[in-house]
Amino acid sequence: MFSYYLELALRSLKRSPGLTALMVLAIGFGVAASMTTWSVFRAVSGDPIPWKSAQLFVPQIDNWGPNGRSSDGEPPNAMDYADAMALMRDHRAKRQSAMYQISPSVVPAEAGKHPMNVSGHAVYGEFFPMLDVPFKYGSGWSASDDESRALVAVISSKLNQKLFGGAASVGRSVNIEGKDYRVVGVLDDWNPQPRFYDVVNSGGFSVNGDDVFLPFLTAIQADLPNDGNTNCNAVPKESGFVGLQRSECVWIAYMAELDAGAVAAYRDYLDGYARDQQRAGRFAWAPNGRLRDLRAWLDNQHVVPSDTKVSLLVALGLLLVCLVNTVGLLLAKFLRRSSEIGVRRALGAPRAAIYAQFITEAGIVGLAGGVLGLLLTGVGVASVGWVLPKDIAALARLDVSLLLLTLLVAVIATVLAGLYPTFRASRVQPAWQLKSN
Amino acid sequence: MKLHPILAALRKHKAGTVLIALQIALTLAIVCNAVFIIGQRIERVNRPTGLDESNLFLISQQWVGAPSADTPDGVEKLDAMQREDLAALRQLPDVVSVAPINSIPLLNSSWTGSVSLKPGAQLGGKGNTRTAYYFTDEQALSTLGLRLVAGRAFTAGDVQHQGFRDQRERPIAIITRQLADKLFPQGSAVGKVMYTDGSSAPTTVVGVVERLQIPASGSWGNEFVWNSTLIPTRLDANFARYAVRTKPGRLDAAMRAVAPVLYKVNPLRVLDDDSVKPFDEIRAKAYRADRGMAVLMGVVCLILLCVTAAGIVGLTSFWVGQRHRQIGVRRALGARKADILHYFQIENLLIAGAGVVIGVLLAVGLNLWLMTHYEMSRIPLPYVLTGVLAMLAMGQAAVFVPARRASNVPPVEATRAA
Repeated sequence: MFSYYLELALRSLKRSPGLTALMVLAIGFGVAASMTTWSVFRAVSGDPIPWKSAQLFVPQIDNWGPNGRSSDGEPPNAMDYADAMALMRDHRAKRQSAMYQISPSVVPAEAGKHPMNVSGHAVYGEFFPMLDVPFKYGSGWSASDDESRALVAVISSKLNQKLFGGAASVGRSVNIEGKDYRVVGVLDDWNPQPRFYDVVNSGGFSVNGDDVFLPFLTAIQADLPNDGNTNCNAVPKESGFVGLQRSECVWIAYMAELDAGAVAAYRDYLDGYARDQQRAGRFAWAPNGRLRDLRAWLDNQHVVPSDTKVSLLVALGLLLVCLVNTVGLLLAKFLRRSSEIGVRRALGAPRAAIYAQFITEAGIVGLAGGVLGLLLTGVGVASVGWVLPKDIAALARLDVSLLLLTLLVAVIATVLAGLYPTFRASRVQPAWQLKSN
Repeated sequence: MKLHPILAALRKHKAGTVLIALQIALTLAIVCNAVFIIGQRIERVNRPTGLDESNLFLISQQWVGAPSADTPDGVEKLDAMQREDLAALRQLPDVVSVAPINSIPLLNSSWTGSVSLKPGAQLGGKGNTRTAYYFTDEQALSTLGLRLVAGRAFTAGDVQHQGFRDQRERPIAIITRQLADKLFPQGSAVGKVMYTDGSSAPTTVVGVVERLQIPASGSWGNEFVWNSTLIPTRLDANFARYAVRTKPGRLDAAMRAVAPVLYKVNPLRVLDDDSVKPFDEIRAKAYRADRGMAVLMGVVCLILLCVTAAGIVGLTSFWVGQRHRQIGVRRALGARKADILHYFQIENLLIAGAGVVIGVLLAVGLNLWLMTHYEMSRIPLPYVLTGVLAMLAMGQAAVFVPARRASNVPPVEATRAA
């Protein structure tokens, strides 16, 4: 029976090619616009570390007090040096790391090559196991390396390619800001988007990943200045990087890994810490800390650009209009064949048969619209690079799931749009149709 | 023409009428807001920075193994290195002038603070005006192409230097007219005293420039976008930026000459593809997202209008086909072609009219919703009115072809059996 309906549908669609083309175009464009913006939205709102995001937490400490809070009472979104060091010393989480962004120069060993600038982070050794960072060669460094301010470095495979031609470079030395560091690990491809461990400084997305990781205390001792945001509620009393470390300015990111059972205890610990500071006279206000898991933190920091959300909404609006349009056109198309329906019904076709026939027809229109939508989505995803910021456009990808979704959305939406016209068609009174003809 | 027969006919086509009206309403709501977004972005992108943007480029470079900027000795060494670079760049044949500068409008690397008329004001408190600082020297005005409207420019004798993170008094400054008007609404700002960043040391305003945008192009800088302050100080750090003005038409040649001459002064530095950038490129990068959003909204609007217009053509054609016989009867009873044409035009006007009334409500509702959830301002009335007129015009244009076909139905149709 289905093949009969298919034939009927094709014949009917062929009879009014203009109307059919109109519907297919509308659905194709509507679906393509939605899917293109969806691919961008999906890319920027995804969980960068889904298997672990529920155990990763970002603590915040209110070291500025009521005057420094944002209008919704939020404390600063980064830490000052004193608090970050205190939390690291107490070491209450399963794993934790304070970190700050650096941008040192690297001098290639080869003569004649010019120095280059790399971006990276100064972190603690626990950073690597905490975030399940994949290594190609070697590994991260130990807690004792942190303590002894060892001159060790972890580099990206990209930097390894540039400096050592991609060889297993563990044990070799790399000159960073004029000092020799021993390579202990080379990362595998790792460039999570958003760069969740330090969204405050990366702004969330960046095409280029970090190329170098150094031990936090080593970087401080080597006087490697921070290359990111520094926010102050008062001008530092002392000059230089040391002055920054002694100020209440915030510039350090912090992340802790907590098992589900340990979250409440850690929250109490943060409160207790702030209360201790209050008692010691440093804070003149009650504790106002925060502890958010990674997803809540990304949400709080508005990592998904609002433009992306607005474009998705507008594109969905477009799809809606296209569907309303399709409802109208299908209605016109189906009711035009009232006499045909009348004949079929008079010859004994049940309502269900009418339903099947017209839903099939709607489904074919949807499928054709979906195929057109596929092509247009391909064009759309390929050209977002022209429209969106590079860091974000690079994330939009065409994959099998997106293609299937495009087809599925097109067919389901069109069948839904066809329901009302089909209902109307099935209500056609055979007697009246036969009589009027 | 009486409306009654039209309304009576529409009552027979409830579903189709409602669908077209709904489609017009949704289209109006989306198009109004999308066009408003486009308008806002265009306005942002077109605001002048205050610079003479042609023949201007920026060098951002970093020294390797440079002395520490945290020691007095290191600061002196860094300053000597910077002066060496400046001297070498100023010698280049295609270069008109060069100024060291910590940032440039639209670069999105800012040093912001606040100025106050009272000494020792608390940061973030009331009475502070936010500002972005440009630390530069006596060639700043000519290099950036700023227009001095009052007072004087910096002289070589005004220029100090300091470590990047050092705190130092700022005896004089040049501010923008917008900042001057804010701080000193009465009379000229020249010669007046202000206090920067809660300091108790006075800063005297020696000059006022017509306009200079802050480096931040994002919306967080909107509230102080024209409040720039120029301080005659070279900042010494392991990196430095230089703004360079070239002779007309010699931009490319001057940019190509930079790397060799700087490497000759000191090869131990980072100078890569990103280091030498014409101002055009800085502007394009800063506004890329805005331009993209405008293009995207434009494409969506275009598709929407086409789809809706096509929908109207489709449904009206269907109605025309359905009423072939009735049209023939009317024509046989003496209706002119124009009457038939008008009939469909008025019918469309009624449907579109109902659609735009709902559409205006939806547009305002959508705008309010966007305002609460995203950075959006209230949509001005002219946008909505233009949208309404555009929708009605589009409806008329779309209905014209099927209506014309209807008017061409010959009276003889009435006599034929359907």
